[in-house]
Amino acid sequence: MSETGLPATVETLRRVREDPHRLGHRSHGSEGPVEGAGHGETGPASKRIIVGYGFWIFLLSDIVMFSCFFAAYAVMQGATAGGPRAHDIVEIPRVALQTGALLLSSYTCGLSFAATNARSRLWTQVFLLITGLLGLAFVAMELQEFISLAAQGITPQRSGFLSAFFGLVGLHGLHVTVAGLWLATMMAQVQVKGFRPETVHRLICFNLFWHALDIVWIAIFTIVYLIGGIS
Amino acid sequence: MSHFETDPHLFGGELDHREDHAPGDAPEESAGHWVLNSNLGLIFSLILTVAAFLAARSHLIYGPAVPDALLVLGVAQMGVHLVFFLHVTTGPDNTNNVLALAFGILVVFLIVVGSIWIMANMNQNMMPMDQLMRMQP
Repeated sequence: MSETGLPATVETLRRVREDPHRLGHRSHGSEGPVEGAGHGETGPASKRIIVGYGFWIFLLSDIVMFSCFFAAYAVMQGATAGGPRAHDIVEIPRVALQTGALLLSSYTCGLSFAATNARSRLWTQVFLLITGLLGLAFVAMELQEFISLAAQGITPQRSGFLSAFFGLVGLHGLHVTVAGLWLATMMAQVQVKGFRPETVHRLICFNLFWHALDIVWIAIFTIVYLIGGIS
Repeated sequence: MSHFETDPHLFGGELDHREDHAPGDAPEESAGHWVLNSNLGLIFSLILTVAAFLAARSHLIYGPAVPDALLVLGVAQMGVHLVFFLHVTTGPDNTNNVLALAFGILVVFLIVVGSIWIMANMNQNMMPMDQLMRMQP
């Protein structure tokens, strides 16, 4: 018990209120340092934290790669070689549908992780399935766009602008496709293995990846489709 | 002595309040909090998305200012996603995540702005194509 003489629960409440992250309270007091808290000399952080943080670093490097494609697009924007410009190939209704599908899938992905936290296998699977179907709809719409453009002779080799356009949008579509395969794998793992710690770690990483893809899509639909569609 | 073990929000003792948090992971929050965060994120994102499409397609905004307005709306929506979907906050347990994000944004900024700047400069200083052709032996 602490020096204040309060009952332990009240004392805990007071500590949490005043200092929710217990900064400066780690190395003294009756508890002593916490093993694996990742602070001071208490050893490395737990695997869940390390895995999530490591994947965050990977995601940022992935976004840096996307930024190279964005830079190429920005530089190549005017290099149309007499071919179609952004304004000529943008179809806003389809982009709106794609954006809606990806945003909703991000939402259901968040809900699936809430279900994971509540250890509900059924709802995790249901929301993951909806996420996957919305992602599939997104990829299908993008494929349809590429095919209809190619049918009009609008292909990557037509001009520098189109190379950058197909490179940037296609790279994102490829990411969503791979994430869809990952999602199917995760559903199988949750079904067969249940919520083992390593499965939950992978679910955390998958959630991060899916949300990051939506963030990249925000940049694409704003810069390529909306701003490109204006002029 | 610790009463953190009896906290209902901890999952089987796997997590500890005093640890750092990874992005996309918020151990001290119950599932209900996650659902609330997702709902808020969806509502804000929908508003911002609809606003972006409206701004681009209608004449509500002064024409030359539309690209800037779209960029602002896009950045705002990325912020909404980071906070409500990825759970990146300004709390002390999130310092590592925010620092990594800040470095990532710096690199992205350098690549994009640097490329545009350098290439625009080269375009400006390049000899016009017909003159260049005439110089060929």
